[in-house]
Formats: sequence, structure tokens, C-alpha cells
Amino acid sequence: MNPALLLVRVLRDPAAVVGLSAPDWNALWAVARAEQLAGTLAYRIAGLPMPGAVARLVADAIASAEQGRTAALWEAEMARRALAGLDVPVVLLKGTAFAAAGLSPSVGRTIGDLDILVPRDAIGAVEAALLAAGWEWVKPDPYDDAYYRRWMHELPPLIHRDRDKMIDVHHTILPLTARIRPDAVALLADSVALANGLRMLGPQDMLCHAAAHLFADGDLAGGMRNLWDIHCLLGEFGFDGLAERAAHHGLSAAMRRAVRQAVRLYGTEAPRDWQGWDALDPLFHRRLTARDHWGRSTRKAVQLGFYIRSHLLRMPPAMLARHLWTKWRKGYRPA
Amino acid sequence: MRHLKLLRIGPIGFRIGSHWRAPIAVLDDLYRDYPAPDAGIADFNVHLFAARPWRRVLRPSVHIAGDFVIPDAAPLPLAQGLLAAEMGMNLQMALGLRRYLLLHASMVERDGRAVLMTGISGAGKSTLAALLMARGWRLMGDEFALIDCATGLAHAFPRLVSLKNEAIDVVAQSLPNARFGPLLEGTPKGVIRHLVPDARAIAAMDRPAEPSLILFPRFGFAAAERPVLPSEAFVRLTQSSTNYVTLAERGFDALTRLVQTVPARAIDYPDADTAIAMVEALA
Amino acid sequence: MFYRAADPATLRIVPLDALTLVYHRASGITHIVDAPVPEILDILGEGPRDVAGLLAVLAARFDLADPDPAALAVRLDELVAAGLVERTCAI
Repeated sequence: MNPALLLVRVLRDPAAVVGLSAPDWNALWAVARAEQLAGTLAYRIAGLPMPGAVARLVADAIASAEQGRTAALWEAEMARRALAGLDVPVVLLKGTAFAAAGLSPSVGRTIGDLDILVPRDAIGAVEAALLAAGWEWVKPDPYDDAYYRRWMHELPPLIHRDRDKMIDVHHTILPLTARIRPDAVALLADSVALANGLRMLGPQDMLCHAAAHLFADGDLAGGMRNLWDIHCLLGEFGFDGLAERAAHHGLSAAMRRAVRQAVRLYGTEAPRDWQGWDALDPLFHRRLTARDHWGRSTRKAVQLGFYIRSHLLRMPPAMLARHLWTKWRKGYRPA
Repeated sequence: MRHLKLLRIGPIGFRIGSHWRAPIAVLDDLYRDYPAPDAGIADFNVHLFAARPWRRVLRPSVHIAGDFVIPDAAPLPLAQGLLAAEMGMNLQMALGLRRYLLLHASMVERDGRAVLMTGISGAGKSTLAALLMARGWRLMGDEFALIDCATGLAHAFPRLVSLKNEAIDVVAQSLPNARFGPLLEGTPKGVIRHLVPDARAIAAMDRPAEPSLILFPRFGFAAAERPVLPSEAFVRLTQSSTNYVTLAERGFDALTRLVQTVPARAIDYPDADTAIAMVEALA
Repeated sequence: MFYRAADPATLRIVPLDALTLVYHRASGITHIVDAPVPEILDILGEGPRDVAGLLAVLAARFDLADPDPAALAVRLDELVAAGLVERTCAI
């Protein structure tokens, strides 16, 4: 069995682990780690009958996820303190938002850098306040820096000098070069306050962002985890108002494809008009589940195709050529 | 991954896959007396692979990856495949271990009492551990000491002992009947040769020991010894642990308990004989 | 400007020899501190105070020989940066 599909089966139905062979267990953990889903897997199967060796892996993965959650929420708290004097809405995005709000995708979830969304006209003040509170530029590269500031939807990443943690400050959820322009003002206006004064996106916007992140703003790397987020969020918020909101942001196609892939992978319950399967869906499905028994990605050709596609969506072709050339001259190749 | 090796070192199971037979054949030989992972289920995976298919045969170069990776892990020539496998296992331990507090230390045991020797690379941790093994101590590990956060006990991790440059001959003279791996020349750390821990170290690897002494050895100085206060030991041990932070409060409990209950000493030594005498006098 | 310390329930304070370890559960960070930091955390854990108020309590309880508001302000800035103390506008 394709080990990525084995992971899918276990996430959908944890009881499927009962009686797994040693090679299956090994492949399951290798893929779960590669897809950043080890903590999620651990919480899903904890308490089921399993060999002692697996029970220890489960305990380790849960402890690891708990520590990651503490560290992520603390970064958000320190950002809150640094920006408290600005009177600017600060919206937590992705994993940190799920954890802060106690949403279901956060159970066992690995949380990467701290991502926040702030109004575009406040970005200079936010940058200054973070620099004053101990964040620093990550090793500046003149080309990348100019590129970020001109075209991307975020400041170049900052890292905290003592805690060694990164923060990405966004003013919208897709790069300015992309043809799709989500309504950043609406994202902020309809954001929801958390208990500590920070904010998170409204439910439909949270789903739109996850879909944008999966397809429009990425190369599908780590897609199984992103789709798990979407699966859980749909279970939590349902579909009310989702089609309208996605259309408003120009993200209808991404949102619909994300839902179809979630239905296919995780059996998400969706209204009939959200289901179906288009000509490209099988390709996306294959790419999402392209892992071998060691957790390594397979189907290199498919990956390169997706890399170029991802950039095409973000940049007009001439700009893309210039960007890739600059990258390759510096020795960069898509992995 | 056509070639596969499953093995257990102390409490940790590994699954190592390789595009080439040679590194696995060396592991099969040197780790022949080690058991398989518990129930065949590994804690960590290591992959030794060629970045491009033709590089399996043409100037074969071994890339190292696994469940936990760092960017820019430089590849090694195929002749150093054993070193690649060992580095891959070390990397998984350093980045992925959550079950024990991991200290970058060598460790030997006598009468149930474990002596931890930690310090920067070049302090002679591996050499001292191998020489103490030659003098009848049980080798518990030359690289990592695993502290159980609940019990405070030290668990063994007796991987192959990695000997570098001059230490290779020094240890070979003390252990004329020991088994050694191939001489690896031109590695990033100079000449390396791996020593197989003796039968006793392997047979007893599941038996933990009570930590009784923490040493901070320093090579290349006149013989000297001083006590190390718990606060200094705490700071130095956090620096020699790769997972102290990720263990959160468990790590704090384990490390405060260790430095509050186990005496610590810094020892300077000019040569191995002096160091051995100092360790045996203190332990 | 008032200062408020982390909730004492979130702190594990272990005095060693000359130094004291502070494990902060909310952040997962271990701090290694010298006097009078444990005393400051203790006092500000009871409720927010400004520099003058804190100095007065420190002097009274711990028989401070040379109360220096400037030095105390520096300590407080360090504790704010470490996240063990937070600035608040009012009580």
C-alpha cells in the first residue's frame, strides 16, 4: 500500500492501526514525520492497542507537539506585548491561530514560524516595534530583500535574537504579483478577537487562507497537513457562506479544489455541489500522496511541474524568468 | 532503498536504508552482536542515497537524510559510507530524541555507578571511554548519555566508538583483541576508525546506572582538578544537550536533579595516562 | 509605568549555589538569575508596582544597602525582555 494512503487511512479511522505489521508501522511514522503529521497521528491513535515500541513513539510525539504549542503561543504573546502600544489589529494566522483559539486542527499540530497579518499602512510601525523588541533581520540578501519588499505579501522574515524564533509579518495572504488579490481589508475587518486581545481570521477567511496557502501560494509541499487543517476546519465551521466569501477573494477555484481533495483524502462531509472531480484533480491527488516507505517524496517530474506552476500563479512570466535565473545563478535548484 | 539494516543501540531502534550494499555490509559486520529494534519498529530512520541516479555508480557520493534533517548536510564519498550511517544516526538522536535528556557525553560504569565525561569536541571523551573500557569499566557510550527524566538513571547508548587520528593507535595498543572498522582516511575530521564496544558493553546495554560523577575533561593542559558548582554544571550541561529545551519541564526536572545530586569536577590533563589515573581516583 | 511579574504558578524557582534557576512554564524557557531577581519576581508577583514602589519594598524586606532606582530600572528592562515581567499602564 502507498504509505501516504496508509497514513490517510489511519487518520480517518484510527482503529485501522490494530494489527499493523512492523514494516507498516515504520512506513507510517516515516511518512507522518515527513508530512509534519506525527503529532496529529499520535493523538489520533493514543490509547489504542499497539506494540510498546509504538506507544513510546506516540508519547514522544505528543510531548513534542505540546512543547511546540507552548513555544508558539509564547511567541504570539511576546509579539502581542511588542505591538501592544501601536493600537493596530494583529491577526494570528495558521497554526498559531488554531492553537490560540483551541480549534480542532491544532491537536498535535506542528507549528512553524509565527505568522501575523496587520494592515498594510501599519507595516512600517510594526516593523519598527518588532526591531525595538529584539527581532532582527535574517541574514539580509540584497536581491531577496528587494524582491520581498516589492512583490511579496510579507516583510522579509525577522528572527528574535534571544529566542531564535522567526516571525512573518503579512499585509495580505497572497503576493502582490499574483493575479488573485484577496481582499485584505475585509480579512482584517471581519477578524475575530481572542481573549488576549490578539485576533484570528473569521471562519470562512480561515478556510480561504488555508486553501490559498495550499494551492495558490505553495508547491503542495506538506499538502497532506494543510488538507488535514481544511478537513478539521470544515468539520468545525461547515460550509455556510464559504462559497460567497471565496468568490469575494477570488479564491473560488482554490477553495473548491481544496474541498474536493479533502473529501477524497479524508472523507470530509461536504454538500453535493462541493463534490466532484475535475481533470486535474487526479494529478493533485498523486502529488499530495507522493511518498515512499521512508517518507521521501517520489515523482520528481511532477514536483518540478508544480514548482513552476506555483510561481506562474504568483508572478507574470517575464518576472518569473528573471527570478528563476537569479536564483539558479546562485546555485538554487528546486529539490 | 534496496539495502536495509535494522538495529538497536541501547533503548533506541534504527532503520537504515541505503542505495548501496557496501555501507550496510559494514554495519552488518560491526553491529552483528546488536539486537533488532523492539518488535522490529524503529525510533528513527536514516537514508543513505545518491542525489542523482547515475551518482550511484559514477563518483558515488552518499547523501545523508532521515526523519530529522538539517539543510546543507554535505555528502561523503562511498568509501566513507559507515561514517555517513553513523552521522545519520547521530543526527536523528540530536534532533529527534524526546524520550531521554540527551547529553553530549561519554559514559562508563563500575559497580552500578556511572561516570559522565562531557565537554567540547577534542576533549578526548571517546578516547578516555575506550581506555577505561580496556581497564575493565563497562562502556555505556562514547557520544551520548541518556538521562531518564522520571528516574534520573543514565541509560547506555554504546554505538561504535569513533576514534580520530592519534587516538586510533593509542586505543589499538590498549585493546589488541578488539574489533575495528575500516580505516577511513580524508574525512572532514581527519582519519577515523570505529571501535566495536566489547561483549560486556553490548550484553549490558539495557541496564541503566545511577550517575555518580560528572567530569568536564580538558586535554592539553597540566594536570589540575577543581570542583564545579551546580550552577556552572547546569549551564554547561544545557549547552551540551541538544534536547534540553524541547523536553520542557521534564528536562528542567532531570537536569536540576542531576546537578543537585551528582558531584561535578573539571579536570585538565596533559596525556591519556594522567587522565585515566585522575578519573579512577575520583570515581 | 507599572510592572507586573509572571503568575507565580507559572514559575518553578530552584535556588542552586550563588545563582537561581527560574523555569517559566508559559514560555518553556529556563532563566539563570542572580539576586535580586528572585526577590523582584516575588514582590511583583503579589501585584503590579512602579520602580519607586518596588524599590521601597525591596529596601524594607531585604535591607538593601544602596537603593539605586537606575540600576533597578535596568534589571526590570531585562526582565521585560525575558518575558518574566510585563509593563502595564495602570494597576
